[in-house]
Amino acid sequence: MSASFLLRRLLWAIPTLIGVAVVVFVLVRVVPGDPIAMMLPPGATAEDVGRLRTLYGLDAPIATQFLRWSGEVLTGDFGNSISLRDSVANLVLGRLPATLELVFIAVLAACAAATVLAVGAVLFRGRWPELAVDGGTGVALAIPDFLWGLLLILVLGVLLPWFPISGRIDPTLDFNPATGFYLVEALLRGNGEALASLVAHLVLPAAALALPLTAALTRVLKGSLLEAMHQDYVMLARVKGYSKTRILWRVALRNALIPAVTLTGVQFTFLIGGTVLVEHLFSYPGIGNLAIAAVTQRDLPLIQGLILTFAVLFILTNLLVDMTCGALDPRVRS
Amino acid sequence: MRAGLLKDGKVAFGLGVIALMLVAALAAPWLAPHDPLEQDLLNAFQAPLWKGGDASHALGTDSLGRDILSRLVYGARPALIVAFVAALCAGLLGTALGLAAGYFGGRVDAAISRLVDIWMSFPSVLLCIVLAAVLGAGLHTVVIAIIVIDWTRFCRVVRAETLVQKSRDYVASAVTIGLTPGRIVAAEILPNVAPLLLTLFTLEMGIAIVIEAILSFVGLSVASGAPTWGGMIQEGRLYVNQAWWLMALPMACIILAVLGLNGLGDGLRERLDPVKAR
Amino acid sequence: MSALLEIDGLEVRLDGGARLLRGVSLAVEAGRVVGLVGESGAGKTMVSRAVLGILPGNAHITGGAIRFDGRDITRLPEVGRRHLLGREIAFIPQNPMTALNPVARIGPQVTDVLRLHLGMDRTAANVRALQLLRDVHLRDPERVLRAFPHELSGGQRQRVLIAIAFACRPRLVIADEPTTALDVTVQKQILRLIRELQAGSGTAILFITHDLGVVAKLCEHVVVMHGGRVLESAPAAALFGRPAHEYTRALLAATPRFDRPGDLLRPVPADLAARLEAEVRRLDGDSPDAVA
Repeated sequence: MSASFLLRRLLWAIPTLIGVAVVVFVLVRVVPGDPIAMMLPPGATAEDVGRLRTLYGLDAPIATQFLRWSGEVLTGDFGNSISLRDSVANLVLGRLPATLELVFIAVLAACAAATVLAVGAVLFRGRWPELAVDGGTGVALAIPDFLWGLLLILVLGVLLPWFPISGRIDPTLDFNPATGFYLVEALLRGNGEALASLVAHLVLPAAALALPLTAALTRVLKGSLLEAMHQDYVMLARVKGYSKTRILWRVALRNALIPAVTLTGVQFTFLIGGTVLVEHLFSYPGIGNLAIAAVTQRDLPLIQGLILTFAVLFILTNLLVDMTCGALDPRVRS
Repeated sequence: MRAGLLKDGKVAFGLGVIALMLVAALAAPWLAPHDPLEQDLLNAFQAPLWKGGDASHALGTDSLGRDILSRLVYGARPALIVAFVAALCAGLLGTALGLAAGYFGGRVDAAISRLVDIWMSFPSVLLCIVLAAVLGAGLHTVVIAIIVIDWTRFCRVVRAETLVQKSRDYVASAVTIGLTPGRIVAAEILPNVAPLLLTLFTLEMGIAIVIEAILSFVGLSVASGAPTWGGMIQEGRLYVNQAWWLMALPMACIILAVLGLNGLGDGLRERLDPVKAR
Repeated sequence: MSALLEIDGLEVRLDGGARLLRGVSLAVEAGRVVGLVGESGAGKTMVSRAVLGILPGNAHITGGAIRFDGRDITRLPEVGRRHLLGREIAFIPQNPMTALNPVARIGPQVTDVLRLHLGMDRTAANVRALQLLRDVHLRDPERVLRAFPHELSGGQRQRVLIAIAFACRPRLVIADEPTTALDVTVQKQILRLIRELQAGSGTAILFITHDLGVVAKLCEHVVVMHGGRVLESAPAAALFGRPAHEYTRALLAATPRFDRPGDLLRPVPADLAARLEAEVRRLDGDSPDAVA
């Protein structure tokens, strides 16, 4: 992947981010419901409200506020959360690793599951496994991650209490991580108990996120696999004496991945957006969980910071997807 | 083609679901056995029929003693209204912009496409929630939020289809005859894009129902105690350990609605696509 | 002594009943080059696919036998067939632009047969691959090994495919119009290459083509097909000198000759074509599905 390509993409991301920032900034300031008033105890005087408002800079005209905020952002100061009394940067960075781990596991699971399902459907074409895969993906696609989360809570969390339905780790465990990357640390330190608890807590939320993505990926991959199996290079492989499974796994799959990733690229960003609801459902302490609370509390600085963070994550995801396409297809590279 | 359409399993299922919801919504006052807002604290958490409850509350009661069946029936109203209105408006906006981008090309297309790209880098759920918070509670909020989020879906697809149609001969001949762009689009391109629009519309309805459920789940939909399926899920979640059906029943309604609408959209797409239909 | 490859009354039909091959018989002796000619649709490619066991999904062998080294390979289980393919029987495909795996480098695509069939380890296979690329006169074989298919020209890719075919020193190579997709100057070079390799290794070749000129240069024996059956089978000299079948004569007349550029080209006469088709229908019997 050429450096200039990356640079161009990153540069193009900047106006996008600015656009996002402006829209959000303006939007949340049109809010009915005064966050300042919500912060103070009842009985506060208008004077108190006024002073607090000045403190948070909410009395200046919007344009001025935006310029001030932009300036601060560029120096890394995202302001302080009104509802949580901590700097936005701290809050976001503190919770980001949890979300990143969740997203990573979900994507990994989705890719693995989709590969197995698509290859299986092709190997057993015309028989019941293929029909099951087609039907299953149809249902999984129709139901969004929010509903899957609820279903999983109901079925696997309450009716058959196999998995925990809230939190990230059993709080009674003796685990003192230094960073926010619990999973990584538990792995590196060989802490089996913590690892088991972390994984158990990840299963349901990751499944809720992964199911729609798996369904979309499986469908597209199956289609492109079938397409690949009709190509001349597959015929040559057969004539060389390859077995059918070898052809599928070594030749067809490798080629089929290219259109599959291209076509489903946008689904990966949907997954990131899905963390907002899924984390809320499972009380999982990531940035998605912060978001809903921030909105209902009208916590302006936090909302802004979070939306910017998500926008950055989206852009990075798109970039990663593009880079993956480039890595998979040598024809694109040159 | 019409007759064959109804015989298609998915289409029939989808239409059946819509019919059911329409009946529930329109005939709610007659169908519902109780007033959905009537509280009866002495009878709270009554079990549904299959768990030993009595027939007066066939699906049990919630934490405030309100009859669940009645609330579910009345809940079809906001779902249907939102689904229809939001999908329609999002469709109109998206289609108009998509047609413009596809037909006029050049800078119009570039501008609209860039707008779509920027729009799509917003985390849509988050944006939705922020918007709802900004606009305050109410069905109109939900509708506006859905339009704002999802018009891009229509725009992209319609633009692509318009580009394809534009290159066809009949458009070239219409241009040479001297028809204005407006008439060409309306008379020549739109009819060919229409089947696609229909399937998009049904899919969009399904999405709208889910978004409405999400917004009521986070408390940003209709303000009053008027029942919405999403609100019922949120309430039910609080008591999921004691009375899991409080959450499960409204979920079942939403899932049924979504599956039905998606099935309808899929079935229509397969049937109306002249290439695939055989 | 039986021939290396014997096709005996081969019949291939589509699922719907339509006949693709109607009792085709031909033989390829060890070390000989046999040309299989005919117009497109005559069934030549179908013969090769039947031998290789890669008929399209809706086509099946409904009669006759294909014997390789005396064994009927149509009855071979999948595993047995896989041992033969690439090792004893190899294939040179028609379209070099699509026959190679676009996402893999050339190296693995040449060494895979060596490792699969001859059990070579990576180093030995690479050494042999380099030699094979030299044998097909590719310049800078090290670079070719590391290259991706899209970085090579059509002629270079075809040489690679030929190298792959000859890699395990097969006893029979089936070449399906290997020069059709190439431009004329390259065609000559490729033909010369194939002749050279054949002479050096003593491999038998079944050369499928619609170009009689190519057959004249390369083949010792010629089989003429039309409408899914063999019309004439004779040593090359005899065929060109004294063609027995009317159709062969027509084909020869239709072939441009560089040494007699003034000659009129005569297409196959319509009445001949009609007569041949009527013959076919009669042979198939009165079944309604006897459509060529």
